[in-house]
Amino acid sequence: MRIWLIHHRQAAALVLRQFARTPVATFLTMLVIAVSLSLPAGLYALLKNVNDLASLAHGEPQITLVLASSANSSAIDDIRARLQKYADIAEVRFISREQGLQELNKDVGLGEITAGLEKNPLPDIFTVRSTHHDAESIVRLQKELQALPKVDAALLDEAWAKRLEALLGLGQKAVLILAILLGFALVVITGNTVRLQILSARDEIEVSKLIGATDPFVRRPFLYHGALQGLCGGILAWAIVAITFHLLNDNVGKLTDLYSFSFLLTLPSTTDIAGLLIFGALLGWLGAYLSVGRHLREVEPH
Amino acid sequence: MISFSQVSKRFPGGFEALRDVTFTIEAGEMAFVSGHSGAGKSTLLKMIAAIETPSSGSVVVNGQNIGKMSRTAVPYLRRNVGLVFQDHKLLFNRTAFENVMLPLHIAGFDPTEGARRVRAALDKVGLLNREKAFPVALSGGEQQRLCIARAIVNRPSILLADEPTGNLDANYAHDILEMFKSFNQVGVTILIATPDPTAAREWKARLLTLNHGALAA
Repeated sequence: MRIWLIHHRQAAALVLRQFARTPVATFLTMLVIAVSLSLPAGLYALLKNVNDLASLAHGEPQITLVLASSANSSAIDDIRARLQKYADIAEVRFISREQGLQELNKDVGLGEITAGLEKNPLPDIFTVRSTHHDAESIVRLQKELQALPKVDAALLDEAWAKRLEALLGLGQKAVLILAILLGFALVVITGNTVRLQILSARDEIEVSKLIGATDPFVRRPFLYHGALQGLCGGILAWAIVAITFHLLNDNVGKLTDLYSFSFLLTLPSTTDIAGLLIFGALLGWLGAYLSVGRHLREVEPH
Repeated sequence: MISFSQVSKRFPGGFEALRDVTFTIEAGEMAFVSGHSGAGKSTLLKMIAAIETPSSGSVVVNGQNIGKMSRTAVPYLRRNVGLVFQDHKLLFNRTAFENVMLPLHIAGFDPTEGARRVRAALDKVGLLNREKAFPVALSGGEQQRLCIARAIVNRPSILLADEPTGNLDANYAHDILEMFKSFNQVGVTILIATPDPTAAREWKARLLTLNHGALAA
């Protein structure tokens, strides 16, 4: 156990010395890894923001119950009581036809037109918010409410919810494909730098094997090399995303100000960052492992 | 300790480096292998360190059959066999001290205890004052002694030397052989390949003579 720890410490120290000996080349390799990691990571973070933005801009999808004109106040109370019993309804709001007309006058500035109307054309409505956020359960709730007595129609901006869901699904798939492709690139990049390391350390490997080095011992520094390179690439990738978001936020702020609400891109959560770093380190390790496996047997003493 | 039984080695292409070689070297023995260039001396030494495997016959070292060893067992055998190479095989990006430290590092020695042993080994070959020097700064003879220090630092029970005095002048060669003799006196089994059979007589050691891969009587 002690020996094992010493070996690992020495392997890590050896790799750090190698990095220090060739700082520019090391940094450039890490930068390449960082760029290939930052693309999917940045898109992923952006997608999360779009999701947030969408719910902020539209609010949660709500169902509007249009009551029949024959519904009197006792029927309205009855419906309200029924709605409040639903477990998957988060919020119920009643807007009477008079209130509706006032809001129309005030908010939309149609005062002149409505003033010309002989009688209020609006129905009484309930607006209902679901506790669910996915389109499927909201649509199910809509169908149930539609069946209530004295309800003419249960309206749901279903198309909007589905469109958003489809769009986000598309984005997620794109990020996934990009991550796989660039992850593959990362494995190849690491494999190649490790191959160069092995070639330049040929003598050292041969001599080490001659004086009793085991395969894991010979392999260890290279695995550290790959993993550490991937980890540093991950850190740099995070820095790239953070800087990019910071730069974009200036414009995002101006843009959302124009739409009179405030929204800024938020950086990935700690869990996401940890995921990014682990992903980078694992892929680096994998690249090194594959490369060492392929090239180490070529350096057999003879 | 080292036992060859009807060992042959054919290389791809048909060259037969060893032919039906049988001999035994007891623990604590010192022996020379001589023969012309290409007689199979190096191949014989390499088999003892599991660098080559026999095509037929068996080679048993410290109770382990070289031909049938698993790949993972080889390093542990080598830790018990010190190797001295004609071309030294030193690492030029490491100091003398670090070169000698390498076997201990591989075997997982405690660094403090390791450093003590490295200095003891350097002292034995007379290079204690050069521990910070890089191999390029050492003369041919000093490089050879550094290689010997690296071979003995792990206190192996067997020491193999392939033409250790090949490039050295007579005085230097004598010093080096003197050194091997002193290791032998503390119980190390020693096998030295040399093109010159007179050394064995001088050191009253056993002589194995190879001729085109076969052992001469």
